[in-house]
Amino acid sequence: MEERKDDNISAMGTVAIGEAGKTGDWRSLRPVIDRKKCIPTVKNKPACFLCWLYCPEGVVKAGIEVEIDLEYCKGCGICAEECPPRAISMIREDKSHE
Amino acid sequence: MSNVQIITGNQAAALAAKLCSVEVVAAYPITPQSQLSEILSSYVESGELKAEYVRVEGEHSALTVCISASTVGARVFTATSANGLLYMHEQLHWAAGSRLPIVMCCVNRGVGAPWTIFNDQQDSLAQRDTGWIQLYCRNNQEIIDTVIQAYRIAESVYCPVMVCYDGFVLSHTMMPVDIPDAAGVRAFLPPYQPHTILSPDDPRNLNPVLFPGQRRDSEGVLRDGYMDMRYKLQAALEKASETIRAVNAAFAEAFGRDHGGMLWEYRTDDADLILAGMGSIASEATVAADRLREEGIKAGVVGIRSYRPFPKADVRNAFRNAKGIAIFEKSISYGYEGGLCSDLKAAFYGTAIKAPIHNYIAGLGGRDVKARELAAAAKNSLAGFEKGMVEPQTTWLNTTTG
Repeated sequence: MEERKDDNISAMGTVAIGEAGKTGDWRSLRPVIDRKKCIPTVKNKPACFLCWLYCPEGVVKAGIEVEIDLEYCKGCGICAEECPPRAISMIREDKSHE
Repeated sequence: MSNVQIITGNQAAALAAKLCSVEVVAAYPITPQSQLSEILSSYVESGELKAEYVRVEGEHSALTVCISASTVGARVFTATSANGLLYMHEQLHWAAGSRLPIVMCCVNRGVGAPWTIFNDQQDSLAQRDTGWIQLYCRNNQEIIDTVIQAYRIAESVYCPVMVCYDGFVLSHTMMPVDIPDAAGVRAFLPPYQPHTILSPDDPRNLNPVLFPGQRRDSEGVLRDGYMDMRYKLQAALEKASETIRAVNAAFAEAFGRDHGGMLWEYRTDDADLILAGMGSIASEATVAADRLREEGIKAGVVGIRSYRPFPKADVRNAFRNAKGIAIFEKSISYGYEGGLCSDLKAAFYGTAIKAPIHNYIAGLGGRDVKARELAAAAKNSLAGFEKGMVEPQTTWLNTTTG
């Protein structure tokens, strides 16, 4: 198969999920959502979504329920910091595997 | 039909930008460039030039605005001098790495400290390795013509071009200039076609982090690593020599003025002694060569027009019969010698050109350089060469040293 070469004269890429690689493996802390506290789940309506708003990587899906794409979440913890009812905990990856 | 006006170098540069119908101008005033940004501002204010004039808080922002505007498809112009150019330094690399055909005038001025507002070429020489094409002008006619050529060069090879001319010596000196007609410039310079247009319809990640190696993107294309992309810039600069020669030839055909492609020569055909330089000092050297010829010394001049890309093949041809060479420079690579001298020596390596070379540093911070002083210096070099002087020390002209 002929290799498709990079014919751009300056560096650029299309805007696509995974363009920068699977960044989830950079993570040392994993966000874990407590559904008993998460506002959209508790109220069963689209509400709050501050985690979605603040996530610098755009890996939070604003739905009922809120979901975080762990393939790309780098574990920065901003969602946990911003969550009003403190529904998100950051758990060490090595411990969570135990 | 000619339209000759008596104007300054800054007026010539402003007229050229107007004739090229630039769409965005972002500049921050600095002596001796100020008049240029003021004139462009007045053109925009009066509606003579349909462009966006962005008033910025400094030169770093001026070039950043140009980078952004060029990225979305506008033809852009900026200009600066000395410390303003140094303040742009980071964005100079960014513009070249993004392969944006920005044209900038550098009105050459000495760099502080200590402060000076007067002319030398240390400012642009210090930006040699930023990936910009650098063209040097010897008079105001060359300024207007070179800016017009610069857009065609830049937009052909997708590299930014710095048009350099000496502060005050040219920027504030009035000379007769034949102004090219607008229709002629439009015919000579086709509309700007960006290599990529950033648009909401076709979003891109521009200049993302590149890794040391190549990497497959999300669509399966093997994307260049940092080093591959840098090689593309180098290859473009090397190829630009052909373009600079071709654009000069096309300009000569269209407007009847040939300023030399990569360099120009004056009375070099039978010259034993060749004086060399860039910009107005090389122009001054032509008067010195005439004086030397009156004294029976066969002298000629080579003026370097394109400093980057460096005219390696052209200088090998121009200096092939030289028996002695005197290089006059308005800048210095501290701790060594003039940059042009080093580059010429390197270009001669491995060729039959074995002529002795004497490097002169002259005119820093506006110190006057008279034609008779250049003639006397060159004559002095020749006397030394005849006595067997092969590698003379760099001489600081008209300077208290030792």
